[in-house]
Amino acid sequence: MGIVSPGFQGRPRTQEPALPPGQYLTEDFPVLSAGPTPRVSLDTWEFVISAENGSEHRWSWQELMALPQETPTVDIHCVTRWSKLGTSWQGVSLDTLLAEVDTGAHFALAHSYGGYTTNLPLDDLRGGQAWVVHTFDGAPLPAEHGGPARLLVPHLYFWKSAKWVRGLRLKTMDEPGFWETAGYHDYGDPWREQRYQGD
Amino acid sequence: MATSTQPRTPNRWQVGRLVERRVETPTAQTLVLEVPDWPGHLAGQHVDLRLTAPDGYQAARSYSIAGPAVDGPGGPRVEVTVQRVHDGEVSPYLIDVFGAGDPVEIRGPLGGWFIWRSEETAPVQLVAGGSGIVPLMAMIRARRAAANKAPFRLIYSVRTPGDVIYADELRRRVRDDFGLDVAYVYTREAPEGWRGEPHRIGLADVNTHGWPPDLQPLTYVCGPTAFVETVADLLVGLGHPSRRVKTERFGPTG
Repeated sequence: MGIVSPGFQGRPRTQEPALPPGQYLTEDFPVLSAGPTPRVSLDTWEFVISAENGSEHRWSWQELMALPQETPTVDIHCVTRWSKLGTSWQGVSLDTLLAEVDTGAHFALAHSYGGYTTNLPLDDLRGGQAWVVHTFDGAPLPAEHGGPARLLVPHLYFWKSAKWVRGLRLKTMDEPGFWETAGYHDYGDPWREQRYQGD
Repeated sequence: MATSTQPRTPNRWQVGRLVERRVETPTAQTLVLEVPDWPGHLAGQHVDLRLTAPDGYQAARSYSIAGPAVDGPGGPRVEVTVQRVHDGEVSPYLIDVFGAGDPVEIRGPLGGWFIWRSEETAPVQLVAGGSGIVPLMAMIRARRAAANKAPFRLIYSVRTPGDVIYADELRRRVRDDFGLDVAYVYTREAPEGWRGEPHRIGLADVNTHGWPPDLQPLTYVCGPTAFVETVADLLVGLGHPSRRVKTERFGPTG
C-alpha cells in the first residue's frame, strides 16, 4: 500500500464490479490514438498475414465477410485507466484466419493503415481470444474507433487491439510496436497491471 | 510512421510534495510538486499521480507536465495543471483538498511519442482545445528555456475568455518570446471587441493561423476527442502528412 493521502476517501467501494487493478469504469467509449484517423476504402481494403517464410495470405473485404462470423461480448481495458464492460462486436476469429497459414512463429506484429504497429505473442491470438472485428454495437465500426476493421484482443490492454488493422507479420523474434517502443509494456496484461516497461 | 527512441521509461513510484499552487481559471489549477529523485523529462510527457485512502484503496490518473522542471531548495520541482472533472474522483481532491506539504505518489516521465525535443529546428504548430493546452504550453516553455529559435504558432480553442489557462503568461510570451504567435478561437463567448462570432474551430482557423504544409512543420494537437478528430482531419485535408501530426486526446480522466 502506498502512502496515505490526507483527506482522500475515493469513490464508494461496494458497487464496483471486479476490474483490473488501477482501472475505473466508464460508460463512454473514449478514443486514444497517436495521429490523424486514416480513412480506408472498402474497395481497396485488405487483410494480409505474412508468415516468417515470406508467404502471404490475403483477404479482401468481401472475402472477410464471407468467413464464419462471431459475435464476442467482452470487457475492454485501456491503459489510460478506463474499462468498459460488456462491449458487443462482430468479426472473424483469428483462429479462422490463422488456420490457413502454415507457421512456426511465436510472435506477431500487427500493422495498420496509417502506420501503427503493436506486438503480441502468437498464442494470444489463438484459442478464441482474438478477432478482426468490423461491427460495434450492431453498427459498422466508426473510423475513430478503428473502422473499417480493428483487431480485438480483449484480455490485453486495448492498445494491443490495433485500430485500422491491415495485417499481421508473423515472426520468430519479438519486435516491439509503436507504443511498446515509446515505453509501454511488451505484453500488457491488465490483471497484472503491465502498463509500462518494467511493470 | 516514425518511432521514438525513448530510453526505458522510469516507472518507479516516488513521493512528491505540494510546494505551490496557482489558480489558472475557476476550474483549473497548477500544482507544483517537489520530487527529489526526478530524472528529468521532455516537453509533452506526462506523469501518473496516485492517491491512497486510509483503507488502502487507490486511484491513479495521468496528468500532462506543464513545463521544464526547475530546481528548488528541496530538489527538482515538477508542475502539472489539473482541470476539474465534474464528478471526478481525483481532480476534485487535488484542487480542493490536497494541501501544501501533503505527499502524493508520482511516477514518470511517461509517454515517448507526443514529445517535442528542444534540438528540433522545424516550425511547430500547436493546436489546443481547452485543457489540451497543458502539454503544448510545456513545449512553448521548453522552447524559451532552451533559447530555441524554431518558429511556433499556437491555435488555442476555449469556450470563453475566462477559460484561457496561462492567459497572462501567453500574453507576455507573445510579446517577449521572439517567433511565437498565438491565435484564439472562442466557441461560446468572445471577448469584447473581437472580430467575428464565436464558433467551433474550422478550416479557416487552421489555414490562417497554422503553417502551410510546404514548410513541413511538426504539428501537435491536444484536446477532447471530437476536437482532435476535427483538427487532425483538417490538417490532413490541407496536405500535412499524417506522420507529422501528433495527437493526444483527453478522455474522461476523473
